[in-house]
Amino acid sequence: MTTPRPVIRPGLGFTSVWARNFLVWKKLMIPSLIANFGEPLLYLLAFGYGFGHFVKTMDHLPYLVFLATGIVCSSAMNAASFEALYSAFTRLEMQKTWEAILTAPLEPADLILGEVSWAATKGLINALAILLVGLVLGLWWGTGMLWVLPVIFCMGFAFASLAMVMTVLARSYDFFVYYMILVLTPLLLVSGVFFPLEALPRPVVQVAEWLPLTHAIGLIRPLLIGQIPRDLWGNLAVLVAYGIGGYSLATLIATRRLRR
Amino acid sequence: MRVAGLVKRYPDRSAVDGVDLDIPRGECFGLLGPNGAGKTTTLRLLLGLTTPSLGTITVLGYPIPREARLARRRIGVVPQSDNLDPDFSVVENLTVYARYFGLSPREIDSRIASLLDFAQLTDRAKTNLRELSGGTKRRLTLIRALIHDPELIILDEPTTGLDPHARQHLWDRLGSLRAAGRTLILTTHYMEEAERLCDRVAILDQGKIRALGAPRELVERALPRFVLEIREPVDEGLSLDPACYRLERVGALTLIYAAQREPLADLVDRLHLTRYIERPTNLEDCFLKLTGRELRE
Repeated sequence: MTTPRPVIRPGLGFTSVWARNFLVWKKLMIPSLIANFGEPLLYLLAFGYGFGHFVKTMDHLPYLVFLATGIVCSSAMNAASFEALYSAFTRLEMQKTWEAILTAPLEPADLILGEVSWAATKGLINALAILLVGLVLGLWWGTGMLWVLPVIFCMGFAFASLAMVMTVLARSYDFFVYYMILVLTPLLLVSGVFFPLEALPRPVVQVAEWLPLTHAIGLIRPLLIGQIPRDLWGNLAVLVAYGIGGYSLATLIATRRLRR
Repeated sequence: MRVAGLVKRYPDRSAVDGVDLDIPRGECFGLLGPNGAGKTTTLRLLLGLTTPSLGTITVLGYPIPREARLARRRIGVVPQSDNLDPDFSVVENLTVYARYFGLSPREIDSRIASLLDFAQLTDRAKTNLRELSGGTKRRLTLIRALIHDPELIILDEPTTGLDPHARQHLWDRLGSLRAAGRTLILTTHYMEEAERLCDRVAILDQGKIRALGAPRELVERALPRFVLEIREPVDEGLSLDPACYRLERVGALTLIYAAQREPLADLVDRLHLTRYIERPTNLEDCFLKLTGRELRE
């Protein structure tokens, strides 16, 4: 029957998709930034001061530092995922932005790369907001903060790619609720954001060791407190693998959906 | 642009079922057909947005879909439904779209200035998209398709839903593009539009071409020159002058065709008709004859 179209490798066209999304963000920057700062700041204050009053240290770190380094990761994850789910789906189905892009000399491979790298940037912007808050609160300083930026982009790319797989499969927004509840929330709870992994039962830890958020935290927490991550290359390799794997799968499905 | 033996099958139906077309440079070509006839699928195939099940496509010398990305650098597309960016102003819409074609900022600025002028949108340049009327959005969609100065322009129902003024304006603009030697391929439901704009048209039904040629030629091939539309009851056993050809009933309407006006005028007198229209046959009559008069889903 219908021959599946060969998936075409992405070109530089993806930068124009990134630039389009950046321009939209720039126009709505102020309210967006307030939300970026606001939500994680609330978590940090409520849990950090409230919880931290009873729990002074965790894993040899002041609890506020432990929590804040975890929240840098979780907010990058959430922002990148949300952008690649809801916002991207709006551009696919409601606004037909993707349809317009795909009649230009761009292919699904370019489009998805542009979208995913934009969503990763969105994650980076959110994480940056918390990094600044942490700096003001005196939670961290120094060059670790610079090293952490490309790592956050990498993890954002990984989560955006995974979310994009859902988006190109989705028929409506309802689908994303399952992803949020069944994937992102459990990840948040078992990957070492709020407490160290070791507190969990052995089988859960074994699963958690394969999850991307665990590896992101494994990199970002030590870097922020000025240490070299114990398993630097291993952690990076897992994040890159999730990114490339998710991106390839999303592109494959998108090509089938959009070029049928 | 040339396609041969084009077939596009979906699991449940054949959208395009053996189409051959040859459109020379500089022609304005119309694809007509009822909803679901395969017009939009044909356009998507030409653009390489979908892969044919069978057949070959060459557009501007590029084999499609293999080199579709290169071909699309030289093709402008006006889609059926509005897909402008609602978050952007008029100029931002054009700028963002121009970047998809890899145009440099300097090229973009000069193209935008001349295109805004072309569509008489210069004073709306900074207007937000949400404030534009349907007609103005359509004009913007047209110049967005021209941003990279394409040789071929593909328009899917460019004037559907427009008011008469907006439609006249768009026709005028398409006329000037045609005069400038651009190749235009458009689909439409408006036969008047096809007769006015197109050098040649193809009537497509159920994925097959039913007729192909200049609009006037198609009408003459399919029907006598004149038709009498009678909007009142007519006796079933009406005897017709041999100069009158066919008699057709469509609901409450009776149609009688003839090569000359006189026999139709005589008939009007003889039957003392009061509610009738006597007119030359047109592309719409031809279209309905070829695709049937029954209502389609």
